[in-house]
Amino acid sequence: MRVNLPQYDNIIIGAGHNGLVCAAYLAKKGQSVLVLEASDTLGGLAATREFYPGYKIAVAHSLSHFSPQIVSDLNLTDHGFKSGAPMPTIGLDLQGKHVVVTRDTVRGVTDKDASSYTDYLQLLERFANMLSPFWLKTMPRIGSKKLKDLTTFAQLGLKLRLLGKEDMGEFMRVATLPARDLMDENFDNDLLKAVLSWDGLIGSKMAPRSPNATVLAMLYRMSGEHNGASSIPQGGIESLINALHQVIATAGGQVQRHSPVAKINVQGDSNGLQATGVELADGTVLTAGRVISSADPKRTFLQLVGVENLEIEFSNRINRLRSDGYVAKLHLALDGLPHFNGIDIPDGRMIIAPKMDSIEFAFDNAKYGESPEQPVMEMMLPSLRDASLAPEGKHLLSAHIMYVPHSLKGGWTAQAKASLQELVIDTIAQYAPELRQQIIHAELLTPEDIERSHHVTGGHWHHTELSMDQMLMMRPTYEAAQYSTPIPGLFLCGAGSHPGGGLMGGPGHNAARHILGAK
Amino acid sequence: MKANIKAKKSKTDPYAGERLKQSHFHPRQAELNLREAWSSWNGYKFADYYYDEEYEYFCIRNSCATYDICPMQKYSLSGADAEAILNRMVTRDITKLKQDRVTYVCWCTDEGRLVDDGTIFKLGPDSFLLTCGSPSLAWLRKSAFGFDDVQIVDLSDDIAALSFQGPTTCEVLKKMGLEGIETLKPFNIMHFDIAGSSDQPLMVSRTGFTGDLGYELWIVPELALTLWDALYEAGDDYGIQPYGEAATNMARLEAGFIMPGMEFNEALKTIHYKYDQTPFELNLDWLVDFKKPHFNGRSALLKERDQGSEYRLVKLDIEGNKPAEESYLYAEEGCETEIGYVTSAMWSPVVKANIALAMIKSKYLKGDIWAEIYYGKELRHHNKVVRCQMQETPFWSPDRARATPPLAF
Repeated sequence: MRVNLPQYDNIIIGAGHNGLVCAAYLAKKGQSVLVLEASDTLGGLAATREFYPGYKIAVAHSLSHFSPQIVSDLNLTDHGFKSGAPMPTIGLDLQGKHVVVTRDTVRGVTDKDASSYTDYLQLLERFANMLSPFWLKTMPRIGSKKLKDLTTFAQLGLKLRLLGKEDMGEFMRVATLPARDLMDENFDNDLLKAVLSWDGLIGSKMAPRSPNATVLAMLYRMSGEHNGASSIPQGGIESLINALHQVIATAGGQVQRHSPVAKINVQGDSNGLQATGVELADGTVLTAGRVISSADPKRTFLQLVGVENLEIEFSNRINRLRSDGYVAKLHLALDGLPHFNGIDIPDGRMIIAPKMDSIEFAFDNAKYGESPEQPVMEMMLPSLRDASLAPEGKHLLSAHIMYVPHSLKGGWTAQAKASLQELVIDTIAQYAPELRQQIIHAELLTPEDIERSHHVTGGHWHHTELSMDQMLMMRPTYEAAQYSTPIPGLFLCGAGSHPGGGLMGGPGHNAARHILGAK
Repeated sequence: MKANIKAKKSKTDPYAGERLKQSHFHPRQAELNLREAWSSWNGYKFADYYYDEEYEYFCIRNSCATYDICPMQKYSLSGADAEAILNRMVTRDITKLKQDRVTYVCWCTDEGRLVDDGTIFKLGPDSFLLTCGSPSLAWLRKSAFGFDDVQIVDLSDDIAALSFQGPTTCEVLKKMGLEGIETLKPFNIMHFDIAGSSDQPLMVSRTGFTGDLGYELWIVPELALTLWDALYEAGDDYGIQPYGEAATNMARLEAGFIMPGMEFNEALKTIHYKYDQTPFELNLDWLVDFKKPHFNGRSALLKERDQGSEYRLVKLDIEGNKPAEESYLYAEEGCETEIGYVTSAMWSPVVKANIALAMIKSKYLKGDIWAEIYYGKELRHHNKVVRCQMQETPFWSPDRARATPPLAF
C-alpha cells in the first residue's frame, strides 16, 4: 500500500485536444490536474506551429465536428473560442466545371443530382441525429449486466426503432456499405460522388470500394455544428486550444510543456498492480491517483506501461490494432493568394479527386506500400480565414494528401519525400497554374514524420483505424473500451477510445465523465 | 523415360509427413511391445501398453519401469527476459526458483482458465526449460511479445527423455554408475557423464508423474540408445519394464495428479463457454501465488478466490469395487440433485480402494455424495448407487517417494 499521498489527483499524458478536454472537465470539478506535453506546443495534431518564419499551421487545419456540447459545458466562448462560418467544399475540375457543396445545396451538377442531394442529405441527417447522442456516451461493456450498460444498449435499440421501419432497415443496410455503392445509388456526377465520399475516407485506410465504417465515419463527422462542414474558428485552431488551456488554468489545473513521459509507473504488491504516476524522460518521478493517457493505445500500453504489466492476450490485441496512417500533409508558404482556374476567391475546402476511381487507384498504390502515382487531396488557404497565420498580404496553402503509406517500400528517403512533394505541387498546379512561382517554402510531412513529431503511432489521425472492429465497445479493444484499463489507476482519453479521432473532443469528455462517475 | 519416373515415384512414400514419428527409444521399445498396442501422442507412435497394463502398473509400484517422454513438449527459453516472460505467464513465482531445480507450474488465459500445466527447469541464471503435454509454441510466442531479449527454441524432437519410476530406481541408477544419485532431492537436477560424453551429459531430475520415487532422464538423441542399454542392463535384476499410457494413467490417478482430456480441457482448445477449468477448480490453489503482483489471469483468479469457484476437484473413496467411470454424482441416494461428475476412476490395487477424481459443484461440497455407477456383467448392464467419501490427502503418497537417500534394495 502506498504511504505517501500522491502529488496530483490526475496526471494526463499529452496536451492534444482530448487530453485538454479531459483535464478541463476534471479541473472544473475541483480535481488537481497536471497535463504533461512532450513538445513545446499544446494541441497535439491541432498544435499550431511556425513552419516558416511568419507562417503557422496545425496538422489538423480545420474543425468539422468539434462537439458543441463541450463548447457549452466548458464555456469555451468565454475563453476566446468563436466558431467560424462553414466553408463550402469545392470539387476541382480541370475544365473549371467545379462542384460546390454547401450546407444544403450542391452547385455545378444536373438538376437530378441536385435534387437527389437534398433527399440524400435528409436521410443522412436523420441517421446522424439518431447516432449523435452515442458519441458522447461511454459504450456498454460486453457481457456486463450493469443497469447503466444495459440502458445504453436499450437506448441505442430504441433510437434505432424510432427511426421507423423504413429508415431503420435502410440504416442497417447502408451502415457498412462501401461509399462507392452509396454514391452510385444516389448520383450521376463523378466529381460529386468523389467529393461526397471523401469525408468517410479521409484519415482511414479505406477507399470507396472498402466495405466497413466509411458511412459511419461520415455520420460521425456530421455530429458537428455545421453538419460536418469544415470551418476555421476566429483566431484559428489555436484559439480552441488556448481556450481549453485557459479553462484548465482558471480552474487551477497545470499544463507543462517540454515534459515527455518515458514511462507510466506501475507499482505491484500483493494487492496487485496500480498505476502510481509517471516518470519523465529526464528522470523526474511524478505521482498521481490516476494516470490518464491521451497518447495512442499502442504507445500507452506497449511503450509506457510495458507488456510485463499486462495480460498476454490483451497485449497481443493491442499490438494487432491497425495504426498505420495514410495521410501526408503539405504546407506551402506563398508570396500571395494563388489563383485557381474558375474560382474567384479560393475560400473553401478544395478537393482534388476527379472521380471515385481516382481515390481508389491512389489507395491501390498505397496498400502495396507505394506512393500514389496520382495523389488525391483536400486543401485550403487557412490564411483567408485567419490572417494571423501568414504575414500580411501573404498566404499559406495546407493540404491533406491521400493515400501516403506510413511504411513506404524502400523507406521515406529524402528523395522519396522530395519526389512526392513535387508530384503533389504539380498536381495542384494543374488547377492553379501560377502556384509554383508563388511558393516561398514547402514542407511535406509523411505519416512517418507525423509519428515522430507528434508522438503518435503510425502517424494515424485517429491513433488507430476507425473501423467496425475497432469502434464503439471494441475501441481500442475490449477490456479498455470504457476509458478504464486492466491496470487500476490507468485510464485512456485519446482518439484511440470511443468515439474516435478528429477534432471532436468525445474521448476526452467521455473519459472525464467516466472518471468522475467512478469516483 | 516415363516408366522410369513412375518407378521412382513408387519408391517415395506418398504419406510421408502423415505417418507417426518414431521416438528416439523406438528401436528398443518396439522390440518390447509384444502386443503392438500403439496409439499416438503429439505425432509420435506411442504405446498404450507393452505387455500388460496391470503388470506394468505393478512394476511402477513394486520395482522400476520406464515411460517414454520424448513426445512431451520441451522448450528452451534463454536470455535476460526469459525469467520475466515465464514469471508473467505462470501463476507461481519463478523468481524464487533456484538453479538446478524444477518446479511444477500451470498457466492461464487472461480470463484465468487453465491453458496447461507443466514443469520449469532452471538450468542457468537466464536459461530455462519448460516441459508440457501439448504443443505450446504459439502461446509462448504470444507471451514473449513485447520482450526484447529471449530466444525460444522448440527442443521437443531434440531431447531424448525417459521417465524412470518406482521404488528401486535409485538403486538401479547407482548400479548404472551414477555416483551420488542417492543425494538428489525431489525436484533437484544433477548432471552425469555417460559414455565419456562430458560435453553432452545426462541430466537427471528427481521428478515424475507417479507419486512415487522416480527420476526423469534427459540426453541428446544420439546417446538415447546408449542410455537405454545401460539402464536396462543395470535394471535387469530389478525387473525393469517399459510402461505405456494405461499404467501411467493408473499411477497418476492414485497420486491425485490431473490429466488433460480427463480432469481438464485445455482452455485454448475449449469452444463452449466455461467448459474449461480454473486452477482453483482443479485444486491447484497452492500453485497460485497472489503475493506476485502480476501474472496472466491474476485479476480473474482473484475474483474467483473471493467469490468462490463453480466446481471443485475432489478425491473420492467409493463403496464397493466397481470403478465409477464416467459416473454422475448426486446429493442423495435417490439421485434427485445432480452435483457433479467423475473425471477418472479405478480400483486401486495398492490402496485397495475404489477411488476416483471428480468435479463437484462447490455448493454441494459439504453434503452427501452418491455415485450412480453403470457396469457390465457378461453382456448385461447393471447400475447401482453407492456412497462416496471425500478424501483430502492423495490416495498414494508413500514416505519413500520423498526420502533422501532413497531406500536401498
